[in-house]
Amino acid sequence: MDLQKLITKTRKGVKSQKADEDLLVVGKSVLRVDGWEKIKGAAKYTDDLEFGPGLLFAAVVESPYAHAKIKSIDTSKAEKLHGVVKVVTGRSFTHKFGLYMTDRYVFATDTVRFVGEQVAAVVATDPKIAMRGAALVEVKYEELTPVLDPVKALEKNSPLVHPDLKSYRHVPWFFPQPGTNIAHWRKTRKGDLAKGFKDADLVMEDTYTVPRYAHCAIEPHSVIGLLDESGRLTMWTSSQSPFTQRNVFAQALEPFGISHKDVRVISTYIGGGFGGKAGVSMEIIGAALAMSVPGRPIKVLWSRAQEFYNTYQRQGVTARVKMGVKKDGRITALDFQLYWDAGAYVEYGANVVNAAGLSASGPYKVDNLKIDSMCIYTNLPPGGPYRGFGYSEFLFGLESHITRMADKLGMDSVAFRKKNAIKEGDTLPYGAHMNPNGIREAIEKVEKEIKWGVREKSKDPNKAIGKALVCFWKSPAMPPNASSSAFLKFNEDASINILVSGMEIGQGLLTVMAQIASEVLSVPVSKIRVETPDTDRNPYEWQTVGSHVTWGCGNAVKRAALEAREKIFDLVQRVHCLDKSSLYLEDEKVKCRAKPDFELRLRDFVINGIQADDHTFKGGPIMGSGMFMPEFTSAIGDPETGQGGHPNVHYTTGSAGIILEVDRETGKMKIKKAVLAVDCGKAINPDLVKGQIVGGLLQGFATVLYEDMRFSDKGKLLNANFSDYKIPTAMDMPEVVVPIIIEVAQPDGPYGARGVGEHTMIPAAPLIANAVEDALGVRIKSMPVTKEKVALAVKNRKAVTVKREA
Amino acid sequence: MKKHEIEFKLNGDTKKVEVESNDVLLDVLRYKLGIKSPKVGCDRGDCGTCTVIMNGKTVRSCLVLAVEAHGADIVTLEGANSRKWTQRLQKKFHEKNSFQCGFCAPGVILSATELLEKNPKPTTRDIKEAIAGNLCRCTGYEPIIAAIEETVKGK
Repeated sequence: MDLQKLITKTRKGVKSQKADEDLLVVGKSVLRVDGWEKIKGAAKYTDDLEFGPGLLFAAVVESPYAHAKIKSIDTSKAEKLHGVVKVVTGRSFTHKFGLYMTDRYVFATDTVRFVGEQVAAVVATDPKIAMRGAALVEVKYEELTPVLDPVKALEKNSPLVHPDLKSYRHVPWFFPQPGTNIAHWRKTRKGDLAKGFKDADLVMEDTYTVPRYAHCAIEPHSVIGLLDESGRLTMWTSSQSPFTQRNVFAQALEPFGISHKDVRVISTYIGGGFGGKAGVSMEIIGAALAMSVPGRPIKVLWSRAQEFYNTYQRQGVTARVKMGVKKDGRITALDFQLYWDAGAYVEYGANVVNAAGLSASGPYKVDNLKIDSMCIYTNLPPGGPYRGFGYSEFLFGLESHITRMADKLGMDSVAFRKKNAIKEGDTLPYGAHMNPNGIREAIEKVEKEIKWGVREKSKDPNKAIGKALVCFWKSPAMPPNASSSAFLKFNEDASINILVSGMEIGQGLLTVMAQIASEVLSVPVSKIRVETPDTDRNPYEWQTVGSHVTWGCGNAVKRAALEAREKIFDLVQRVHCLDKSSLYLEDEKVKCRAKPDFELRLRDFVINGIQADDHTFKGGPIMGSGMFMPEFTSAIGDPETGQGGHPNVHYTTGSAGIILEVDRETGKMKIKKAVLAVDCGKAINPDLVKGQIVGGLLQGFATVLYEDMRFSDKGKLLNANFSDYKIPTAMDMPEVVVPIIIEVAQPDGPYGARGVGEHTMIPAAPLIANAVEDALGVRIKSMPVTKEKVALAVKNRKAVTVKREA
Repeated sequence: MKKHEIEFKLNGDTKKVEVESNDVLLDVLRYKLGIKSPKVGCDRGDCGTCTVIMNGKTVRSCLVLAVEAHGADIVTLEGANSRKWTQRLQKKFHEKNSFQCGFCAPGVILSATELLEKNPKPTTRDIKEAIAGNLCRCTGYEPIIAAIEETVKGK
């Protein structure tokens, strides 16, 4: 179904919804339902769970090479160590698996493909014994030439990371190129590119590079696996995606006769995810070990170093942008080539590449466009999802380039953005149409907030002040049939338990789901309990990623609440002979417009029914269920152009601005003010949205100012700790952050809401790069934009000027 | 590995426990004594999520050998929950949506408690310095600092 038709259809239905001013709970900054538990230190995370004295511990034997053949593995010495229960290698797990492409093994079998890859694991009664045991496993390797640079990986004589690529199963929207290192090539073509460049008054081409980054959730990954004697596998995981994990575990363990009903995933609170705890990374080791030692729970707890080198990393990218514009600032053509350093396994990361390949135009109307987004295997740790899912990466190049082109035209770069900003109904790169959005309002509000156009002078003559404004957009990158569901059940006192499998990853999902149900059922949030999931008890949720759960899971909860309400009204109509359409809920009571003196407390009947005149009881426990799947999407388009499908559900858009002070000599930067305006459709809880803005922006600024993964020329990560990979402390905050909420309703969102979680970090990098140029006239085209790079650029420019003058 | 019996005060109670020479206090608290508010984050003193109060000062319990805790007075958030400044802070932390995933919260709250118990009138700079050893990846620190400032003002 075309989105436009859906929008029109849904708009007609909007009338029956409560108008904004009538909402009592939605739109209010209700305090977090998980607040006290966390603030008292009572919230339990996976590693806090108790398993008694029978718990076993595992340590992993890791590859010291980026690329090598495994010649032999000798486990005999480790097996003899007192306290070692079992040593497990890839010999027992030869089945390939993966989320979108089956290119991974549980343990490396005949080849290792990155430094730190798991080759074997030692299970022991104590973590220290497991570590000692792991050191006793002797692995002999034959080193191979590693592939470390994605662009060189495309050369004809490059070694192949996956020579068997042809045999890998993958989703139909991936296009691997067997015989090369290209795991997926997303091509998007629209309009007439040659004509677009011919029509342009100015054409500019340049390359921008983005390194790899780490999520740095403060809680490391952890997993406990138990295969009990009934053949049931229970996995306690720190996960954003318990159901997707169940699916991947069942897929990977299929040769053992395990089916989905046998796998139970329990996820308690997680200490930060940011995409890093989506899909399955190290958790597969816990599952495999549980299968190997039945009857005993086994824990695998990642160290901070492992957290850096053996979970998903944000992929690096080399981006070549060529853009054509008219004198009036209209973009006539865009040729965008993205070469992604995707790492050793791309079963998840290839979808990041895909997402960027569909949307690298940014939130602009570009009629003539060509995007090549290439997922390239390298012998570096596997790339994967990270807050922003490819958009932060392409936006650095795109938004840097746009400011430079506007400057070259002599045009105000904000006016340039306004001219090209996408409108509702505009054709997207893949041919579908843009959803309603408030990008113009966002630009205007940010412009005003940073006093765009007004030059500011620092009080310190050694410092200069620069400003920048950029735009952003992002869509959830989901399979077309990614769905959410919810159960809602009343208790005797009309309190409610809601069961969902959307994860509370800090964003406030539990609170927002309670607010949605509260709005429909008139039960206060304080009487609604929503908890983290257990896949046996809670209904299905695809994953908590892509900023889609407020929208998807929120829709499911709303439908569950509406179904429960419908049952209540049906019952009251049946017993009290009141017309259903005249009934409504208020203050936990059923009331009737036609009969103002009628009221029935929910607590008097939601479990035990209503007593009729003949003293019998009618009704029973009131429950509701709801499901949501975006039925208008399709991932299938023309492989050569991307046209014809409808892969993305909608885009959240916005704009961000900065006032940056830069030291002319040292390059040291201070963010005087950062502003971010995002159109979240409807802020169900404005304080939680603000939390996303302030936190996301700092995470974004960290990628451009401080963070950067450094690898040796042998592919070994050199800064796998917080001393050498610095994330911001309280001392590194911007002086002022101004969050701005725009609300242009998403027609198919719960109360008009759409997602906001990732978008807040996306615009940070080009903001800094553009503001540095505005302040000092130097352009940094590779992330991070550190003070050293700025200082050196200033120095080099001075040297050039001096030379020229001489 | 050599075993040692150590004795220390934990949240007001006397605890006796057998430890190995290379055990760190964090692991003993979490895995031998069932105290879960100090978390494992980096195991090298960088992240502050294992913060506990030892003899009146915050320490990184991942950097304290268990044997060093012999004779010490250790307070974790479980114990600090009844302290006056901790409670005032917690109320503000809740109101200001100061934590998201909550993993860093116990450490931050203990660092802030230590600050206010020693200096009830800190400047913003003092506050930032006091919690600079506690990494938070979710919030951007702003709502944490705002809550501490409001606690100071007694709002």
